[in-house]
Amino acid sequence: MNKQIKQDTLDVSRRSFVKGASGLTFAFALSGTLLGRISEVYAADGAKLNAWVTIGHDDTITILCPSSEMGQGVLTALPLILAEELDADWSKVKCEFAPGNPKLYGGQHKMFPGAQVTLASVSVPAYFTQLRMAGAQARRVLLDNVAEQWKVPVAELTTDKSKITHKKSKRSISYGDVAKTAKVPAELPKIAESDLKKRKDYKLIGRKDIGRVDVPSKVNGSARYSIDVQIPGMVYASLMHSPMEGAKVASVNADDVKKIKGVTHVLSLPFGVAVVAETIEASRLGRQALNVKWDTASAVGAPFDSEKAKEEYARKAADPKAEAMDAFKTGDADKALAGAASKVEAAYWSEHTYHAQMEPMNAVASVAADGLSAEIWCGAQVQPLVAAVASNVLKTTPDKIKINNQLLGGGFGRRIWPDAPVQAVVISNIVKKPVKLMLTREDDLAAARPRPMTHHVMKAGLDDKKNMVSWHHRIVAENVDAVAAPPRFAATKGRDYIGWVGMSQDFYKIPNLKADAIREQRGMRVHAWRGIGAGYNKFVSESFLDEVAAAKGIDPLAYRLELTKDHPRAQAVIKAVAEMSNFKKKRPGRGMGIAFSDYHDTLTAGVAEVSLDKATGKIKVHNYWIAIDGGLIIQPDNVNAQLESSIIYALSGALSEELTMKGGAVQQSNFNDYHVMRMSEVPQIHMKVIVTDNPPTGMGEVGIPTVAPAIGNAVAQLTGKRLRHLPMSAERVKKALA
Amino acid sequence: MAVSFTVNGKAASVDAGDDTPLLWVVREHLKLTGTKFGCGSGLCGACTVHVDGKAVRSCQTGLKDVAGKKVTTIEGLSPNNSHPLQKAWIAEQVPQCGYCQSGQIMQAAELLAKTKKPSRDQIVQHMDGNICRCGTYPRIVRAIQRASREG
Repeated sequence: MNKQIKQDTLDVSRRSFVKGASGLTFAFALSGTLLGRISEVYAADGAKLNAWVTIGHDDTITILCPSSEMGQGVLTALPLILAEELDADWSKVKCEFAPGNPKLYGGQHKMFPGAQVTLASVSVPAYFTQLRMAGAQARRVLLDNVAEQWKVPVAELTTDKSKITHKKSKRSISYGDVAKTAKVPAELPKIAESDLKKRKDYKLIGRKDIGRVDVPSKVNGSARYSIDVQIPGMVYASLMHSPMEGAKVASVNADDVKKIKGVTHVLSLPFGVAVVAETIEASRLGRQALNVKWDTASAVGAPFDSEKAKEEYARKAADPKAEAMDAFKTGDADKALAGAASKVEAAYWSEHTYHAQMEPMNAVASVAADGLSAEIWCGAQVQPLVAAVASNVLKTTPDKIKINNQLLGGGFGRRIWPDAPVQAVVISNIVKKPVKLMLTREDDLAAARPRPMTHHVMKAGLDDKKNMVSWHHRIVAENVDAVAAPPRFAATKGRDYIGWVGMSQDFYKIPNLKADAIREQRGMRVHAWRGIGAGYNKFVSESFLDEVAAAKGIDPLAYRLELTKDHPRAQAVIKAVAEMSNFKKKRPGRGMGIAFSDYHDTLTAGVAEVSLDKATGKIKVHNYWIAIDGGLIIQPDNVNAQLESSIIYALSGALSEELTMKGGAVQQSNFNDYHVMRMSEVPQIHMKVIVTDNPPTGMGEVGIPTVAPAIGNAVAQLTGKRLRHLPMSAERVKKALA
Repeated sequence: MAVSFTVNGKAASVDAGDDTPLLWVVREHLKLTGTKFGCGSGLCGACTVHVDGKAVRSCQTGLKDVAGKKVTTIEGLSPNNSHPLQKAWIAEQVPQCGYCQSGQIMQAAELLAKTKKPSRDQIVQHMDGNICRCGTYPRIVRAIQRASREG
């Protein structure tokens, strides 16, 4: 991949594409408002543009994917979008990763304009238009060349499967052959959205039989993750990760550990104690032998204790003087609540959760002898962030950091923050050798960047006809943006995008709504976890909505349909899931619960069918139904896979996952005490994907938000008891039922 | 002292300390990186390989324990993705991030070697020790059923 990119680097100020030994490469003179940002970059500094697509003389078409592949299928979905407009022969398409370079490969998502990021389910929505335009433009260049060569009007030429045909003269030519003789236009053809294919003409998008290109490599061990990288002269590093930010090494038995054959260094670093060794076995033995005492005097998080923090959060929530920041507001919820004929109030909780990505954090780094440049092999969700932080550490510039991004053995938000790559850089810079750093699972847990612990106080006011006139959702939690996205935190004057998603209720007609936050900063490494704020906020709001429905004496399904009556798409998913699950049918010994979500513009409705072992408190989910509308679907089979995946992730989180903190440190150590869902616990999952003409929206997380509230609502229907604390673990449920 | 054994049909001899987990021996010494490190404690199954045909957790198997034995890793399951499980894994589009899948396939291969037509319950029981955080479990079940059907 990298070789190719070097060869095909273009200077667009001179010409629009070049012919090389490998074939024809297109660099898009991106113009018009949609692609304006990149045009500006070009206009401002004459920056070299890399190409999205290369057509080889052998008809191979190489299309670059700007996002990281962490299992969500983006390495197939994004090139497929370009291939559609190019009318490429998909069997000859090679999908490769683009380098990290937002100037060239930044997306157009409304939340992250210009950023090259793989998070928040934004890849397809961010690149959908951009890649179609790029594909159409490449096709147009090929057509123009052939039209000129054959002296025929462009309008008489057609394309299909990498071939251009002129029916009248019965001639056709492959894209590869065009590439051999193609001429460079002085100015690339302009493409308007109206030039793009109509959806009825799609040949690749929406096909169920197109598999993911990375799958074959993932059944024979050849798929390469950063943990698999080996480079000449490399040494191994293990790490006892610091238990919290700001903890310092007070003492370490470095002399003992250095006696282990092969151990060369024991390094006390700001993030922990690293053992560097010539062999893998020595680095692991060294890690086992470490005995470290921590000085936590200056660690903000040191006093954090999950139980004590809950008492403090509850106290703050009840304190009328506590400073709360408005998150979302419609009308005057306080006034409406004060004038309400009756009120519904409830308090909810959620615990810290850990990503538990299967590939523990690791990276390989090789820092140059002068310490001013580095090459890194890692699995990163945000490559430019790796370069930014690593260059900062080395006191150099991001262009001096070469990143070889590999497949990610699970991301789920954990690989946004580039801690492991930067740690490897620091160690390599000290030992002046290439270093492979691999955390143990125990250290991966110690280094957890969890979803925050949250507390919620909910209040609804009903008028004398039992209409809901006021809704107030207050969250007490650490501000995730403050830790995970400090620039955005500063720019929004302290809002929490990550933590507040799911609180705004945009699809429900509620006349007076207030969502506000008491923002904590207690030194935990809180971060984005699949589904971000919607994971807990929808658990709370959709559970509480059922409490309001009960107070009104209305069926939860009917109430959701009433509240969404201005939104046909929302109504459609709610009706679909009710029908699929036969929601109104009573099942002896089973409860049925429903929930709705609008996470990142994809509409979903879920229904859970549960039973309960009252002796143990263990919830069993027998069936889970989901109906979704995410607009146009690029890869239907992969959407089903992503739904199953996110539903199972959410089931695991809803029923068992809990990180507890004591003295600011994670108490769990491995999969024995951090339980993630196993095969035997998975319910039957039933999915309905409603394909609409709307633009495609995110798919990687959308199963998450409805799962926990649907389960809680089902248990309430079954038992009459409301579960208001995530996870709904057996112990906690037993207590709630008592 | 070097320990000799067979890996994927080829002779191997590794000097890495008797108690070094087979996982690190195959991954770092023999560069067969298809076998994955997940937990280091026999809790997740990502490191599953076969020793004399039996599925074992290579993170819990010391180098000395495989002296003179036949080790098969995912790379040795077939030369060209032709094992029925590999074909079924592709047909059912099982992997997502893919990290746990070598272990899943090696675990499943042991089941099919013993039980040609496993029931759904037998599949779940046999596979329950292998974690897939991407939640590909429903597709793993379907792929094992397909492999058992199509051979």
